[in-house]
Amino acid sequence: MIKKVLIANRGEIAARIIRTCKQMNITTVAVYSEADQKADFTKMADECYLIGPPRVNESYLNAEKIISIAKQAKVDAIHPGYGFLSESDQFAGKCEEAGITFIGPKASVMKQMGSKVLARQLMEKAGVPTIPGTKEALATAEEALNAAQDIGYPIMLKASAGGGGIGMQVVENDEELVRAFESNAKRAKTFFGNGDMFLEKKLKNARHIEVQILADHNGNVIHLFERDCSIQRRNQKVVEEAPSTFISEETRRRMTEAAINAAKALEYTNAGTIEFLVDNKENFYFLEMNTRVQVEHPVSEEITGIDIVEKQIKIAAGESLDISQKDIYTNGHAIEVRIYAEDPVTFMPSPGHVSQITFPNEDYARNEPAITGPSDITHFYDPMIAKLIIHGTDRQDAIAKLTKALQTYRVVGIKTNLPMLQYISEDEIFRKGNVTTAYVQEHYIPNINAK
Amino acid sequence: MELKASMAGSVWKINVAQGDSVNEGEDVIILESMKMEIPIPAEKTGTLQKLNVAEGDFVNEGDVLAVIE
Repeated sequence: MIKKVLIANRGEIAARIIRTCKQMNITTVAVYSEADQKADFTKMADECYLIGPPRVNESYLNAEKIISIAKQAKVDAIHPGYGFLSESDQFAGKCEEAGITFIGPKASVMKQMGSKVLARQLMEKAGVPTIPGTKEALATAEEALNAAQDIGYPIMLKASAGGGGIGMQVVENDEELVRAFESNAKRAKTFFGNGDMFLEKKLKNARHIEVQILADHNGNVIHLFERDCSIQRRNQKVVEEAPSTFISEETRRRMTEAAINAAKALEYTNAGTIEFLVDNKENFYFLEMNTRVQVEHPVSEEITGIDIVEKQIKIAAGESLDISQKDIYTNGHAIEVRIYAEDPVTFMPSPGHVSQITFPNEDYARNEPAITGPSDITHFYDPMIAKLIIHGTDRQDAIAKLTKALQTYRVVGIKTNLPMLQYISEDEIFRKGNVTTAYVQEHYIPNINAK
Repeated sequence: MELKASMAGSVWKINVAQGDSVNEGEDVIILESMKMEIPIPAEKTGTLQKLNVAEGDFVNEGDVLAVIE
């Protein structure tokens, strides 16, 4: 039984996990840094403990300290949320050693998926198509140049241990590749402790479509359909929706089947997401697997009525899935937008003091905020300050409601991307669903600069 | 000429030492803010006279990071 959970995270996801724990009568423990002493999530939790100074290495990435607090608070389990320690197989292993349940998959599977090179190899073995590229990790620019000859430009250079858009860059020729290889390998080494790189063919006019899966410890694996997350800036998502209106029913069947086969081949457990790139002919290719709850999980919850965090906790407690695939239907259409503290044109961070925040309060608007009143947004953490999720009867209805909701959304004191979200919600290209991962670069930025 | 922080953040990297010459457009300091690297380039060519910060320091928007003459 899981009766007490420590949430090793902050902001909106900590608040969101605490909410589900309360519904399940689970006692919650929040941990926070000195920068988050007044944060909303600390007020929501039953107990809270200071980890340390604001810097992530001394707070939310301090595995030893978090585990010692977990022992002191006598929790049964730790929910890592997303980011921070959520994909650290070492942290999952340390939880296990301390006799605390890690709410996520086994450390060994996390380690496999944490290496993107190894993940590609395992997916190929499981019969899941991968993007044409290198099979092995590249240690030098010379190796990369040789491999690039076979793949052909443009190429996406990536760090095997990368994440959050760090350590990846599109390169158009040999010269760019050499330059990008050295700087990105160095950054990957600094950020992730591993400088291994690999190459993938850069797919043109591709969409980012991912499949949410849930797997229990008895070999049952189900999917909660797909999410389309093609609108991205700096390789990070801004708008996500479910279901995808681009893929056919046949493609949906093949993609979800591939995701389930992959999860079974890995003997995966808990919630996970298999990300794919889908070209304009609906060919899909494995991109990466996220072994945690995703930022955009609410859109799947909205269309299926399933609480993904609740399922994560139940699976971690050893329970079998209480729902089978044939019982899962999609209802309507959901769209999530991320509200970032950043300039809406340059995407430069905009930390500072929020003096006022006003949320849309219509029934169809689900708010997942990190802050609910005047707050300092510090430079220490990710710029996302809230998410807005809209549920509609269909895509058109959801977009109409999103447009309306965004008109009443106010954040005073700092710059946010709300003007960008308003632009997108009213944009014809978005409304028609003709959105690929190049949308921000090819449509949004040129149009905004022309205004 | 004063080299100022364009936003609050922490000093991630300093690419130039006191007394070194810098070229216009060269990234003298790289700040880190909200998980993003923010390069601070020299606005003109000159010599780095004074460095006011060290790697790891916190800075506020408008803080003078270095002086180039």
